[in-house]
Amino acid sequence: MNSMSNRMINILVPMISIFLGLLVGAIVMLISDYNPITGYMALWNGIFGDSYAIGETIRQISPYLLAGLAVAFAFRTGLFNIGVEGQLIVGWFAAAYVGMAFDLPKIIHLPFALIAAAAAGALWGLVPGILKATLKVHEVIVTIMMNYIALHVVNALIKTLSGGGFKLERIHESASLRSEFLSNLTDYSTLHYGIFVALAMVVVMWFILEKTKTGFELKSVGYNDNAASYAGMSANKNIILAMVISGAFAGLGGAMEALGTFGNMSSMGGFTGIGFDGIAVALLGANTPLGVIFGATLFGSLKYGANNMPNEAGIPVEIVSIIIALVIFFVACGYIIRVGLIRLRNKKEAK
Amino acid sequence: MGKEVIGMDYVIEMLDVSKKFGNFYANDHITLQLKKGEIHALLGENGAGKSTLMNVLFGLYQPDGGEIRVRGEHVAITDPNVANDLGIGMVHQHFMLVENLTVTENIILGSEPTKSGMINIKDSAKKVAEISKMYGLDVDPYAKIEDISVGMQQRVEILKTLYRGADILIFDEPTASLTPQEIDELLNIMKKLVAEGKSIILITHKLAEIMNVSDKVTVIRKGKGIGTVITSETNPEELATLMVGRQVTFKTEKGPSHPTEEVLKIENLQVNDYRGVAKLKGLNLSVRRGEIVGIAGIDGNGQSELIEAITGLTKVKSGKIFINDEDVTNKKTRKITETGIGHIPQDRHKHGLILDFSVAYNTALQSYYHEPLSKGGIMNYKVINERAEELIKEYDVRTQGTHELARALSGGNQQKLIIGREILRNPDLLIAALPTRGLDVGAIEFIHRRLIEQRDSGKAVLLITFELDEVMNVSDRIAVIYDGTIVGTVIPQETTEQALGLMMAGHSKDVAEKKVLAAEKDGDEQHVE
Repeated sequence: MNSMSNRMINILVPMISIFLGLLVGAIVMLISDYNPITGYMALWNGIFGDSYAIGETIRQISPYLLAGLAVAFAFRTGLFNIGVEGQLIVGWFAAAYVGMAFDLPKIIHLPFALIAAAAAGALWGLVPGILKATLKVHEVIVTIMMNYIALHVVNALIKTLSGGGFKLERIHESASLRSEFLSNLTDYSTLHYGIFVALAMVVVMWFILEKTKTGFELKSVGYNDNAASYAGMSANKNIILAMVISGAFAGLGGAMEALGTFGNMSSMGGFTGIGFDGIAVALLGANTPLGVIFGATLFGSLKYGANNMPNEAGIPVEIVSIIIALVIFFVACGYIIRVGLIRLRNKKEAK
Repeated sequence: MGKEVIGMDYVIEMLDVSKKFGNFYANDHITLQLKKGEIHALLGENGAGKSTLMNVLFGLYQPDGGEIRVRGEHVAITDPNVANDLGIGMVHQHFMLVENLTVTENIILGSEPTKSGMINIKDSAKKVAEISKMYGLDVDPYAKIEDISVGMQQRVEILKTLYRGADILIFDEPTASLTPQEIDELLNIMKKLVAEGKSIILITHKLAEIMNVSDKVTVIRKGKGIGTVITSETNPEELATLMVGRQVTFKTEKGPSHPTEEVLKIENLQVNDYRGVAKLKGLNLSVRRGEIVGIAGIDGNGQSELIEAITGLTKVKSGKIFINDEDVTNKKTRKITETGIGHIPQDRHKHGLILDFSVAYNTALQSYYHEPLSKGGIMNYKVINERAEELIKEYDVRTQGTHELARALSGGNQQKLIIGREILRNPDLLIAALPTRGLDVGAIEFIHRRLIEQRDSGKAVLLITFELDEVMNVSDRIAVIYDGTIVGTVIPQETTEQALGLMMAGHSKDVAEKKVLAAEKDGDEQHVE
């Protein structure tokens, strides 16, 4: 029996998907008169070219991990949290504010800032959770609106706090996630400790879902709320809880930016996009904690590495966006490739 | 029971057909021969391999051995389209209809006839109406699926196969979701179909239907062909023995009941549904330890609301519910469960199980929050697994293991899982709502025995069922529900099915009994109904 095992298929599917995405991307580059080999060399160098690039890529992955976890967690309870973007923005603001406004020893200040970000995100998730549980208002609508509220409220707060300016003061060093060690290791990139926070949250999500009583209830409600209420679980309580936990993950995603990457917050002309990309990250990862790592790595790498394509290969930003979209499109279509592989295997076995 | 000579008048011959999944023979050298114009029943327990065999015939599976002939010619049915081209149509157990489209739209779906680019509904509807009339299906081609009854939806499925030119029809458990009246109608339609020259394979485990409608019966057990018998030369007892492989008791053996103190007491219960329509209108009921009280009635007379009110799944408008003298009216479900209620819900997929959870998770659904299944908020899946292993052994749940998804279990095994879960919690009151729906005689017998055991160990059982046989056989007392109230309570030994039937139609006990007596005097019980 030398036919493919299920495990092999699981590994092959994303690889083939990415390859197909790059292949079609190459065709797009050829048609628009750019050399795909130079283009992809630039992408490769942008992601793995030197230790600086690797550092920046990992730094980019952290917020995607948390945004992906936020969406995935809500999904597992049957909720579609499109409000990760807004929850992330309020988290960013809360962390930046706490980091700037207080002066405390690091051991208190940094956790305080992280908790503030998580709490702000949780609050932004709580509102749609309560509305869904008590008044049956669909969470998609409420969370979309909450995104706009977050964006504009935060912009207004920044303006007020900075006396009419456009950005908050820098956070104190005691609240920073910046790491001289990691930075030196990666040729002075902005890589910070946030990646460990994000990875810890992956473990937290896995632990909640797979080990705790709360996770058992959340999944029950997600799969079949009728059977859950029959078993005496409160669907409403679990809906609110799921949105709160999801929002907290998203808020921490904002803290990555506030305490690590930027060290402050500027008023925004529009959404960061990280929260929305979190939806794709979660779906690519089939809403499992491990899958989210895969999705976030793919997203973070492409997003950061692609910055190098205009610089090194002269490919316009628009074409780069198309190529990234194509790769993600093919990964999302992984199901088709899986079915194809299984058919191929069955045919081989039949022979 | 010997093999028949292969002749030209067979429309379908499946000869020594085998189908393996891994090392497991789902079909082990089964032979089934269908003559033109006959209704041939395929009988077997849940999971015996009936559906696999039919899926082989319909091209969904490829056989690993044996031969299939259609109208005498050797064929390879590689996919359902080939089966369609050969005139084989399947009426699935779960209807495949689009709810918000009309009958005609559903029937032409996938092969819409067009006239200069536009769908030609009118001609199709006319054709549908013609076929409907020819076989007495009585289907309105323009009715929307969501507006018509389950029975009529099934006739739409039949129409669909006829419209596509099938003359060999496979019915997969067609009566599972029908009311008794709809079942009668369906059986008549099947008779009409064969009278018009169609041939039918009927997959079922309901013996009464087989005796009523079929010409021949092929029995399979655990994947093996047991043989083919002529219906007129056999009887239900023989068929049941062939199917299960041992003697089956139809009349459940049980001793007299010894009821003691009251466990459930309902006083003047009133419940409205979500639209505010009164569903229970002052219902009174009492169930004591050591007895099984059956609720007999036609579907929709308040049974669902009664169960939901007792278990706290719906709000009570007025009235009181007591369990062990404790007032549980409008208490939370968890609280009521904890006072000692076990509940086998009427819809096992909607309420009873989380189909995407493993068997082990499902066994913990009602007790996961107790030690040792969880402690300090942390689940102990090791203990849950061990308990699940015990449960599936004790309740004979046939599964690949506790990690298998509940979705993968057959209906009978899903039900055994729920019953095991509820009884092992040792409840003072067991509410069993349609506990045997869709199950074969072996599983029904098993479940009835468990209910009686429960009674004999001094627990109270409330049985809600639409089956007259079941309520007469298993209950110690029967409370008849009609339009939201109990119209009378009778002892099974002291009443007749006729009297019960009249009470279920709303007559009081006295009137019903008088009518039955009068009818007996006339010597013609037929007039009673």
